Amino acid sequence: MADDGALQDLGQHIAAVLADQVIEASVAHGELMITARAEQIIKVVTFLRDDPQCLFKVMVDICGADFPERPKRFEVIYNFLSMVHNQRVRVKVEADDQTPVPSITGLHNSANWFEREVWDMYGVMFDGHPDLRRLLTDYGFEGHPLRKDFPLTGFVEVRYDDERKRVVYDPVKLPQEFRKFDFLSPWEGAAAVPTVLPGDEKADGQEPN
Amino acid sequence: MAEVDIKNMTLNFGPQHPAAHGVLRLVMELDGEVIDRCDPHIGLLHRGTEKLIEYKTYQQAIPYFDRLDYVSPMSMEHAYVLAIEKLLGLEVPARGQAVRVLFSEITRIMNHILNVTSHAMDVGAVTPALWGYEERERMMEFYEGVCGARMHANYFRVGGVHQDMPAGMPADIDAYMDELLKYLDDMETLLTENRIFKQRNIDISVISPDEAMDWGFSGVMLRCTGLPWDLRKSQPYDGYEKYDFDIPVGKNGDCYDRYLCRVEEMRQSVRIIRQVIETLPDGPVASTDRKVVAPARGEMKQSMEALIHHFKLYTEGFKVPPGETYTAIEAPKGEFGVYLVSDGSNMPYRCKIRSPGYVHLAALDHLCKGHLLADSVAVIGSLDIVFGEIDR
Repeated sequence: MADDGALQDLGQHIAAVLADQVIEASVAHGELMITARAEQIIKVVTFLRDDPQCLFKVMVDICGADFPERPKRFEVIYNFLSMVHNQRVRVKVEADDQTPVPSITGLHNSANWFEREVWDMYGVMFDGHPDLRRLLTDYGFEGHPLRKDFPLTGFVEVRYDDERKRVVYDPVKLPQEFRKFDFLSPWEGAAAVPTVLPGDEKADGQEPN
Repeated sequence: MAEVDIKNMTLNFGPQHPAAHGVLRLVMELDGEVIDRCDPHIGLLHRGTEKLIEYKTYQQAIPYFDRLDYVSPMSMEHAYVLAIEKLLGLEVPARGQAVRVLFSEITRIMNHILNVTSHAMDVGAVTPALWGYEERERMMEFYEGVCGARMHANYFRVGGVHQDMPAGMPADIDAYMDELLKYLDDMETLLTENRIFKQRNIDISVISPDEAMDWGFSGVMLRCTGLPWDLRKSQPYDGYEKYDFDIPVGKNGDCYDRYLCRVEEMRQSVRIIRQVIETLPDGPVASTDRKVVAPARGEMKQSMEALIHHFKLYTEGFKVPPGETYTAIEAPKGEFGVYLVSDGSNMPYRCKIRSPGYVHLAALDHLCKGHLLADSVAVIGSLDIVFGEIDR
C-alpha cells in the first residue's frame, strides 16, 4: 500500500491538473479523498482512469450518503482502485434531488448498477444513465429508503391474503411506537431531552403538569 | 417454403430455481436457444441491512454481517471490524490477528467447497456436493468450538476476537487439514478431468483482463483472466504479509479456470492455516483497551472498574471519532469493502457494504450473451453469488 506521502503527492498532482474541477484533495487514515464538482465528474473520472500517474481503471464502488442539514443534502461517493500503482482514491461530489449528476456508465461498465442503487436508495438522478430503474426495492415501491427522514419501519408491510389469493400491502401497524435510544445520560445529551426534567419544575414554584 | 416471422422469446428464470443459487430472477430474451439479453432482477432478499446498521451501535451491527454472505460469515465481519479499528486507531494483538487469519482461511475453504460443488451440481455432478457438505460440517464444528454457532458466528470483534480458541483446537485443525486435502484430491478425481464437466465449462463466458477491470471484477473472477491481484498480497491486513502463499491465476478466463483457481486457492489456504498454527503467538486475543473491548467475566467479579466498562459497552457502546474510511478485504468471493462514516456518536452514520457478488452479477448480461440457455447455469455457478450479500 502506498504511504501517506505518496498519496499527498498524487492528490496534489490531481488537484493541480484539474484545478477547475477539483475543490479539495486530502489524505486521512491513509486514504486519498478528492472533493469534486458534480457537473465535472466525467472529466475527473476520465482523467483518473487515463493519466499515467493515476490509472484508476477499476471502479470499485459508488454510494450515496444523506446529510439533511446541508443545502445540498446528498453526497455521491466514488471509490476507485489502481492496480498498477496499488492505490485507491475516493471522489466525492455533492448532489440534491433536483439536479442530476452526470452518469459515468460510459467510462466504467461497473457503474451501471451502483448508480441505479443510489437512485433507488436516495433519489439522486444520474444524467445519461441507460436504464435508471429501481434495483433493490420492491416493484412499485415508493420513496427512497436510505434517506434519513425515511422511517426505519417503512410505510407498508406485505402479507398473503388467503381470501383474495394474493399478496396485499397494508400500512405498517406497530404494537408499540418505534423507540430509538441514544444512550446518552440526561446530563450530557441535553439536546435529546426536554429542558426541564420531570420534577424539576417544582424548584421554580410551578405546578407539576 | 413461405417465410416465417420468428420472434424472440422472453423467458422468466427464477426467482425460485435450484440453479439460481438463491432468489435470482432473470428475464431472458432468447433467440432460439441462444441468450440475446439477460436482465437480472435482484432485491428479493433485500432486508435493509445498511439502514438497520445506522440504528445500531457499532458492536450490535456485527451480527448483521454474518447474514450478508451467509456462506462465509467471518470474512464479512472481518472487513467491518477492520474499518472500525482504522477509525479508532486501535491495534490488534498478534494472537488476535493470527486467530483472525486462521478463521478467515477456514471460511475461505468452506466457501469454495460450497461453490465448487454446487457449481458441479448445476452442470450435472451430484456426488462432490454430498461429500463436500460433510467437510463443511467438520469445519463448522471449529466455528462452533470458538463461538458456539455453526454459521452466524459474531466472533470477530472490534479489537480482536471474542474469545480464545479452546485448548487443543489448533492441533485438531492441523490434523483435520490432512483429511481435507484428501477430500480435495477425491473431489478433483471426480471433476477436474471429467469429460462432461469440461465440456460444460471450458470456453464458457470467457472474459479478458481489460473487460474484467472495466466491470470491476475482483477475487477469482479477476484472477481467472490471468491478473495476479489479491488484496492479501497487495494490501495486506492483519499480518497476511507474514505468511507464504501463492496466488493461483487462470489462463483463459472461462468457467473452468474459475473452478481450477478455487480448488488451488483451497490448497493455498491449507498452507496458510498450517503456517498460522505453527507460528501462533501467545498473548491476548483482543485489545486490552477497556474503552472498546469488554472485560472478561471473571474480571468483573473482582473489579468495579471492569463492571462499569462492561455495563457502558453493552448499553451505550463505544464512540468512534468522526471520519470516514473505505476498508476492503479479500473475501472468498472477491473484494468485500465497507465504507464507514462516523459522526462521532456510538452508531455508524453511514455504512455502505460493497459486496463482490453484486458487481459480478451486474455483468451477467455481458457474460451470458451469445451462449446457450443451459450455459447460463454454468455461468451463474462459476460467479459464486450469494443473495445475502447482493441484496443486503
